[in-house]
Amino acid sequence: MSLSRRDFLKYAGTTGAGVAVGTASLDLKPVQAAATDLKIKEAKVHSGVCPYCAVGCIQLVYSKGDKIIDIEGHPDTPHTLGRLCPKGAATIQLSNNPLRPTKAMYRAPGSDKWEEKPLDWMYDQIAKRYYDAREKYFIEKEKGKDGKEVTVNRLEAIASLGSACIDNEECYLLTKLNRTLGIVYHEHQARI
Amino acid sequence: MTTNLIDLQNSDVVMVTSNMAENHPVGFQWVMKAKERGAKIIHVDPRFTRTSAVADLHVPLRSGTNVAFFGGLISYAIQHNLYFKDYITHYTNAAYLIDPAFKTPTDLGGLFTGLEQTGKGGNDPHVAQRYDRGTWKYQLDAEGNPKRDLTLKEPHSVFQLLKRHYSRYTPEMMERVCGIPRAKFEEMAKLFCGTSGPDKTGTVTYALNLTQHTNGVQNIRAMCMLQLLLGNIGRPGGGVAALRGHANVQGATDLMVLYHNLPGYMVWPLRDAHPDLATYLEKETPKGGYWVNKPKFLVSLLKAWFPDATKQNDFGYDWLPKRASTDAYSHQHIFVDMYKGVIKGFLADGQNPAVGGPNAKLARAAMGKLDWLIVKDIFVTETAEFWKAPGATAKDIKTEVFFLPAAPAAEKDGSLTNTMRLIQWHEKAVNPPGDVTSDAEFFVSLARRLQKLYTGSKKQRDQGFLATRWDYGDNPKEPNMELVLKEMNGYAVEEIKDKDGKVQYKKGQALSTFGHLRDDGTTASGCWIYTGVTVEGPDGKLVNKANLRKPADDKDYLAHGWGFAWPANRRILYNRASADLNGKPWSERKKLIWWDPAAPGNAPDTKGKWVGLDVPDFNPFLAPDAKNGDKPFIMRGDLVGAFFGPLNDGPFPEHYEPIESPTKNLLSKQEHNPVVKVWSVPDQKNELAPAGSADYPYVVTTYRLTEHHLSGVMSRYLPMLAELFHSHFAEISNELAAELGIKNGERVTVVTPRGKVHVTAMVTSRLKPFMIDGKKTHQIGIPWHWGYNGISKGDITNDLSATVGDPTVYIQETKAFLCNVKKGEV
Repeated sequence: MSLSRRDFLKYAGTTGAGVAVGTASLDLKPVQAAATDLKIKEAKVHSGVCPYCAVGCIQLVYSKGDKIIDIEGHPDTPHTLGRLCPKGAATIQLSNNPLRPTKAMYRAPGSDKWEEKPLDWMYDQIAKRYYDAREKYFIEKEKGKDGKEVTVNRLEAIASLGSACIDNEECYLLTKLNRTLGIVYHEHQARI
Repeated sequence: MTTNLIDLQNSDVVMVTSNMAENHPVGFQWVMKAKERGAKIIHVDPRFTRTSAVADLHVPLRSGTNVAFFGGLISYAIQHNLYFKDYITHYTNAAYLIDPAFKTPTDLGGLFTGLEQTGKGGNDPHVAQRYDRGTWKYQLDAEGNPKRDLTLKEPHSVFQLLKRHYSRYTPEMMERVCGIPRAKFEEMAKLFCGTSGPDKTGTVTYALNLTQHTNGVQNIRAMCMLQLLLGNIGRPGGGVAALRGHANVQGATDLMVLYHNLPGYMVWPLRDAHPDLATYLEKETPKGGYWVNKPKFLVSLLKAWFPDATKQNDFGYDWLPKRASTDAYSHQHIFVDMYKGVIKGFLADGQNPAVGGPNAKLARAAMGKLDWLIVKDIFVTETAEFWKAPGATAKDIKTEVFFLPAAPAAEKDGSLTNTMRLIQWHEKAVNPPGDVTSDAEFFVSLARRLQKLYTGSKKQRDQGFLATRWDYGDNPKEPNMELVLKEMNGYAVEEIKDKDGKVQYKKGQALSTFGHLRDDGTTASGCWIYTGVTVEGPDGKLVNKANLRKPADDKDYLAHGWGFAWPANRRILYNRASADLNGKPWSERKKLIWWDPAAPGNAPDTKGKWVGLDVPDFNPFLAPDAKNGDKPFIMRGDLVGAFFGPLNDGPFPEHYEPIESPTKNLLSKQEHNPVVKVWSVPDQKNELAPAGSADYPYVVTTYRLTEHHLSGVMSRYLPMLAELFHSHFAEISNELAAELGIKNGERVTVVTPRGKVHVTAMVTSRLKPFMIDGKKTHQIGIPWHWGYNGISKGDITNDLSATVGDPTVYIQETKAFLCNVKKGEV
């Protein structure tokens, strides 16, 4: 059986109308025979979005086990026609990169080095910092312009910055977290 | 972006004002496609770039003169009768009459009516002046409707005021102010203004070249006004194309990771103006336009955050923090207030202010005053290691720092909203390594821990946080992002019946349109403009439209089956304006949507519907001859496009020189924006150069490269990208290099009153000196991607820039300021 690259993608079910919805990965087994010469043989393919500029190039992210083995442009993307720029083409190195830290780290006051710490310890410490700052600095009421006391429920001691690099759902959760704690210094890159 | 990248191909003239070929290369193919189809390309940029190389006309202008430039085009179109008269008469406020007491800067020496001294002090010690907007309003008739003059001849009509206001912005002044030779300006103006009328359209693309100025908002308004004047908004090949720089700067704005608004563009409550929900809704709900539905959007948002809140407790409105002032809490306020010790703890999540923000030296110094700092990022950024910055002494920096490694998009589920409002889903391809987690996992974990700490608290101030929903699926380690998307989208809080008593939504079912949101607490929606992104059948099966992948075809060039564009999958905003008053396309060549009188209506016995190539951005059943059936700008209270549109610094854009400028203002005696925000920062952390400074004689602008990304976190750490462009440089013209004795490849020092950087000189003919009012004026360019971490290192360009801001949104001025250049590393 001879398949062009485009047919191969279609056969794999990654393009065309009515593609699977949700997070299920696609199995390429049916086309293994035709793909013996490709490094993506036996790989799973996932729908990706380029994380660099805001053109929003759709990517095909190929994985084997817990390793991404290739990322390329999705040829059917109507606004990109499958193209990627140099940054988009380098996306794989955001994951596969020797400089990438994989442990949480703590730097004590005045220290000149990092210490690796368990994630649970970090989260407990961070929650305590938030809690303490809120206990100490929360502004529940203050006088308004007209001199009357009003409820303001504001926490000015904690600021939050970011991010245009995280997902919509994450932005929503961050806004909800900050705002329901009373945080008003709440910004990201769109301001600048 | 009002339009869509794909639609750029339908333009007759594309005016690119950023370096789109290098900064949005994949999107730029649609400009090239337009060119293939016969369009002309204009590139407006101080530098000759790869965009200029493929343009028909390169128009260099001095950075910081964009309002003058667009004002010059507006004036040219009016003087040469090149505006689209039918369009502006009916679809904009050109015909509306303004209070006779209102005067423009043409008559008031560069100021609008109403400038008043506030005195220094109070909440806002740095702005000594502000505008009283008392006269910035329409004349009303006896019934309270704005008076109009459809002939556009009344001296107080917006059109005549506009004409008089920009009468000073002549081609001669374009040469003197912007440095564009008069003949070149006229050639360009004739070409672009030729896109006016039924048969032609033109697009303007822009990026931070227009926004990073102390009149940034007015730059954008001036561009939009030009497009309105030519009748280019809402039509194929028209619109304004905002080219955003981050993958999700649009989405993060929609979901409002910003100090001033609630998700979905509703103003964040202020202490004095909005003490309770009723007052908020009363003040913030306009009488006309689609925002009359604001109570439904706000109450549904509160229900999404606080599911158990009720009408009795104002749906939890009281729990929201109330801002003390409109002039507080922005990015630049953060670092000034952090330096002053107001802020004790700081979360930098996916942002690198040690490199990426204005006056980065101040940002790093400010972080040294914190008690604690949390950084969550993919790599160890300069922000995470600000205590290791050149010149810093770690032992003297008492800030605790927590670093949490973050997962890139390919290692998590979620959606991103691209520059054309298109929401697209990405799937988790692999598990992140080690202790790396998604940002969502961190937020949910922190929220749950905090809720545990507050459990049992009887304090009033903790009740809102305790009432917030934080359960998203069974696995706390991996919150289900489709459930979050559904909460943003909206769902029925209880069973909802339609007016005939038929069940419209089961309890918990996702809503299909924001038209179904209610203000009685029976619907929840975390961001109303996203409603429709996910729909749910009665069987409970969610369809995530952000993950739809139906390509474009001959019948649907805008690809409505690919992802979901907010609002309501509309791909070109204001598209009612693509048809004439009677609902017919202005021309066959430029058709988009039109009124079909024979199509079935919204009831069995009615006929007529808007149909065509896009989802109507309009009531689909409102006939052109019905009341307001001819008013396309549905998000405005008066339903028309605004030439006259009050902002903090005026209802029309007026040219002012940047805070640091090489010249006096030639268009009026008012040098700077009179209500500009200049922060005074202790310890000489924000010194400024005066106009025409001999110590800092050159204009500097910052910019980006194809191979690097913003502050460099996602590029300088990647071997592939670091290798492609491995060192920091400044572009210097042959003429300036000759004056200073600098050779290509030599090291030079660029210095401003805030700081200095050492970079390599790229001596080039891509930049040329400008003749400003007859005086040779040099400009240099410098990218801002580098920092002291990563594979490819370099000095921080933002150490040069200042803490100054636009008076409406407080964006900084990093596209035009002053510097000196010195040979060697000094």
